[in-house]
Amino acid sequence: MPSYDVMPDVQLFQPAEVDDALNLVDQYGKDGWILGGGQDTYGWLKDRAKHPTALIDLNGIEALHGIRETVDGIEIGATTTLREIIASPLINRDFELLVRAASRVASPQIRNVGTLGGNVSQDARCWYYRRGLACYRAGGNICYADSPQGMNREHALFDASRCVAISPSDTATALVALEATMIARSVNGSRNIAAEDFFVGPATHITNMTSLESDEILTAVQIPSRWAGSRFYFEKVADRDVWDFALVSIAVVMKMDGNTIAESRFVCGGVACTPYRLLDVEKAARGKTLSDESGDAIAALASQGAKPLNYNHFKIPLMENLVRRAMRG
Amino acid sequence: MTDYKHIGKNFVPPDILGKVTGKAKYAEDFRADGMVFARLYTSPIAHGKVTHIDTSALDGMDGVVGVLTADDVPVVEAPNAAILTNTPAFIGDPVLAVAAVDELTAEEAMTRIRVTIEALPFAVDPLDSLIEGGPDAREEGNVFVRSREGSGFRTVKWTAQQISEFRAGKEPTGEFVNEWSYGDIESGFADAAVIVEAPFVTTGYAHMSMEARTVMAYWQNGTCYVYASAQSQSFWMPGLARLLGVEMSKVVLISENTGGGFGSKIGAYPIAALPGYFSKQLGRPVQLRITREQEYYIGSARVGFQGWIKMGFAKNGRMTAADVFIIEDIGPNATGGDGSSAGGAVSLVYDPAAMRFRGLPVLTNTTPRGAQRGPGQNQIAAVMAPLMDKAARELRMDPLEIRKINAVNSDTRVYAEQRPLTSAYMKEALEKGADMFDWDAKYNQPRRNGNKVIGVGIGQGYHSAGTKGFDGLVRITPDGKIHLHSGIGNLGTYSYVSTTRAAAEVLKCEWEDCVIHYGSTEANLPWSSYQAGSVSTFTHTRANYVAAMDAVSKMKAITAETLGGSADDYDIDGQRVFNIHNTRQGMTYAAVAARAIQLGGAYSGASYPDDIHEITQRAVENIAGTGLIGVAKDNLPQEGVIPGLAAAFVEIELDLETGKYEILDYVGIAECGTVMHPQGLAGQMKGGAVWGMGMAGLERHVYDPQNGLPANVGYHQCGIPTYLDVPLVTRTGAVDLPDPQNPFGARGIGEPAMGCSVAALTAAISDALGGHTFSRTPVSRDMIVNHIAGRPQSFKPQQTNNF
Repeated sequence: MPSYDVMPDVQLFQPAEVDDALNLVDQYGKDGWILGGGQDTYGWLKDRAKHPTALIDLNGIEALHGIRETVDGIEIGATTTLREIIASPLINRDFELLVRAASRVASPQIRNVGTLGGNVSQDARCWYYRRGLACYRAGGNICYADSPQGMNREHALFDASRCVAISPSDTATALVALEATMIARSVNGSRNIAAEDFFVGPATHITNMTSLESDEILTAVQIPSRWAGSRFYFEKVADRDVWDFALVSIAVVMKMDGNTIAESRFVCGGVACTPYRLLDVEKAARGKTLSDESGDAIAALASQGAKPLNYNHFKIPLMENLVRRAMRG
Repeated sequence: MTDYKHIGKNFVPPDILGKVTGKAKYAEDFRADGMVFARLYTSPIAHGKVTHIDTSALDGMDGVVGVLTADDVPVVEAPNAAILTNTPAFIGDPVLAVAAVDELTAEEAMTRIRVTIEALPFAVDPLDSLIEGGPDAREEGNVFVRSREGSGFRTVKWTAQQISEFRAGKEPTGEFVNEWSYGDIESGFADAAVIVEAPFVTTGYAHMSMEARTVMAYWQNGTCYVYASAQSQSFWMPGLARLLGVEMSKVVLISENTGGGFGSKIGAYPIAALPGYFSKQLGRPVQLRITREQEYYIGSARVGFQGWIKMGFAKNGRMTAADVFIIEDIGPNATGGDGSSAGGAVSLVYDPAAMRFRGLPVLTNTTPRGAQRGPGQNQIAAVMAPLMDKAARELRMDPLEIRKINAVNSDTRVYAEQRPLTSAYMKEALEKGADMFDWDAKYNQPRRNGNKVIGVGIGQGYHSAGTKGFDGLVRITPDGKIHLHSGIGNLGTYSYVSTTRAAAEVLKCEWEDCVIHYGSTEANLPWSSYQAGSVSTFTHTRANYVAAMDAVSKMKAITAETLGGSADDYDIDGQRVFNIHNTRQGMTYAAVAARAIQLGGAYSGASYPDDIHEITQRAVENIAGTGLIGVAKDNLPQEGVIPGLAAAFVEIELDLETGKYEILDYVGIAECGTVMHPQGLAGQMKGGAVWGMGMAGLERHVYDPQNGLPANVGYHQCGIPTYLDVPLVTRTGAVDLPDPQNPFGARGIGEPAMGCSVAALTAAISDALGGHTFSRTPVSRDMIVNHIAGRPQSFKPQQTNNF
């Protein structure tokens, strides 16, 4: 069994214009690899688990970078770093939920170079898949994690289909809660994708975690003003406080009528292959006041339908508790 | 308290500048003309036999210069780890190596090799091997027994019912292979007012050396030059020479800096010899740098425990009896001793009136195990702390009081042989820690605040902390410089240099005039102990002391011979030897050194004591005639166990809804005799604290039992604590009472510094949960959440190497 830690030879392109990048992506297709902060790139390449022939570095494209106010909300360029999001007065003013989520990504060092585009596009963290095994997600015909004695503490409770890996992105839950739109471009034009549709489960696509096609680049994320300044709640429970993925996380937006919830979106991370909407919780929360009693009344709805694996049933009480905490006044 | 010139004072070790500027050279940084790069190909399956190796695809491949297989290196007799093997016993077991002109080519070559391995049965949990009909981790058996009567493989099986009862927490009734005892445990239990009985599991985990082990070697005139990531210096030499199949005099070891060893690089590890053999085959220098992933395969790991313990306590809290049974997960290469060491720690730290230990080391197809900081002592420290609290609760005692009443002291007799101790002041450590921590206030504070609850815990750590019989070597040259030769090895603890300050103290010289020699055989280093086991400080303050005393004696004799009178008429100070009756009459050290060269003999190193080690002899021969030589073997009196002790106090705030806890306060107290180097000691206590926090809540091996795959082969997956997982401030202190069997009163501390931490945190988690004892490390978030939610744990009782 070989083991690697030296970067393989790979062609590096550093386009300065979006169109040049789109042409490269079109030209190389599945052999091209879009490079943002590189935090979910170099490991794959060093491990020889992915074999692109061309790296297409987006960091030199000015148009893909920065935070802009729009007619209806904000637009964040895909190569904007998580650190820049955390430090943005605009996002702090209107969409603090995203700031809280971005603040819990990985470590300060990774947030300094990691981009929003990269964070939402990162691949599954299932340890079997990351070992380079030929599982379903890697094009094989087995799921090692979902086997009789599989070690699957960090895997999915919901919506598994052959693969039981979870979505690892912290910002994804916040963006789904905020009803963000992902802007995808190719040489054939531009496509607006609702965040909720951007993230896809294994039933839809077993080898991709997003709906991006191989000739597309995620260029920006737009957040509408609909939830600006709402009541937000974000919490991530991980083993460690730095450099760890969520065991379970929750991102919540609420429109309040006094102390009463008029409308809300509850999204859990770490429990499904995509950010997982708690639709029953949202429905039950409508008209409820913020209180321990309200939380207790609706918490159990969060985990309805959960199908725990060998080692992950602790996520059931954990996600229920996170709903309780979001409902506190 | 003696007013020392150097002992107990901070100083700047000579390797610091290189470390903070990046100029320090580690094994990987060395190059030699014509050097090629080797890479390891390892086993992809947990147990098997190599039946065919096909490297034909490498024929003619640009840049590839050679292949080394198990057939090209000497066979290392099992259970010792092989240099390369045709019978791999774990995933990641090295099978062959390829060398190429650069690392990228070597890695590309790897992808073209085809190795056929016939699969054999395997087990990653000792209980899966121990059960009747279960697989053996090696064809030779599933147990390796080390004993004075004879060591060897055995096959031991328990019935399904015995396994089932053990999983249910009952006293094990299956076969064991190690046993020792003292006193009458039956009477001890009969006399007990309270009995505490529990099964336990401590899961093994990686040593996590930051520097993935690297070795470069070449041959010159029949001598093998080895540049290695080594934990010890002189102590490596016999093993390295044996692995290379040459005399020790034909090996030069260079190891200036090491990026962590933690017990995994104490002696020469098997692949340390690989570049030597490869270099001989190729006629070129060869560097082998293993990958981070491979460091997790062959970089060693802590032994795991699956055990059962029963303790009896009298009404006043004294432990009347202890009965300990431990199944050790020893991996495939049969390291030994953690279990018995754990039993020894129970005997020493809690002083039960009677005790029995039974042990069974079981082989598994997991990563090879080795001594890891407090091997055995620290696992059992984590088990014991919550159980001591449980006994205290049943006796309505304060957890501090039950520890104090059982605290080891200078009159305690320990182990099966009921041996004496050099000195011990655990009670004083507990009292000092309790005072710094404000135990009474914290123990009695309101605990519950909404969904948060406060937990407090006390931990105690122990490891034997010294040995004797090694050599010291000092030299004074005519330029007035004092050369202190240290053969311990630079692991990063600074004890390689702090112990030489014992010589500087004896010589009453300025530190600025001292030159520390270390890092290479060619620096002429004396025979030294291993840089591990908390032994360096006690052992090498003694060795430096005797060498410096030899130098002083010689300087007085030379001065008397030169200026008249007898040696007794002279004393030293200010780097002068002076007449005590006429202080103006004397000679500088520089002048004495010049005179020593003229006089020759023992003064200049032309002759030396008969009892010094051959390594020291060669060092003296090399420097003979360059100055005044002080050299001696440590023959100072020494009797009894030399304990390193520590006590820790932890306060946490545990969130009952998420299972997360924050460590609010930590106090660690060292009981290591006289403090030699305050900054170094604080570093040990704080580093040990962080390590203990990782063991208590985060770090563990995880193996898929279906295929033997390890889940954690990287820093992230292994869950080492980060800066934000430990307290912002970690407070430390020391009892600072001298040990009578060291010239300066010093003992070691490295390992107990961690044991007290894992114990205190484990106790604090238990305390926060109303005394619930998981009897398991690590206590992970999911376990806490499941417990609070009233849900069963995901794993089987007594299961190990799992999530």
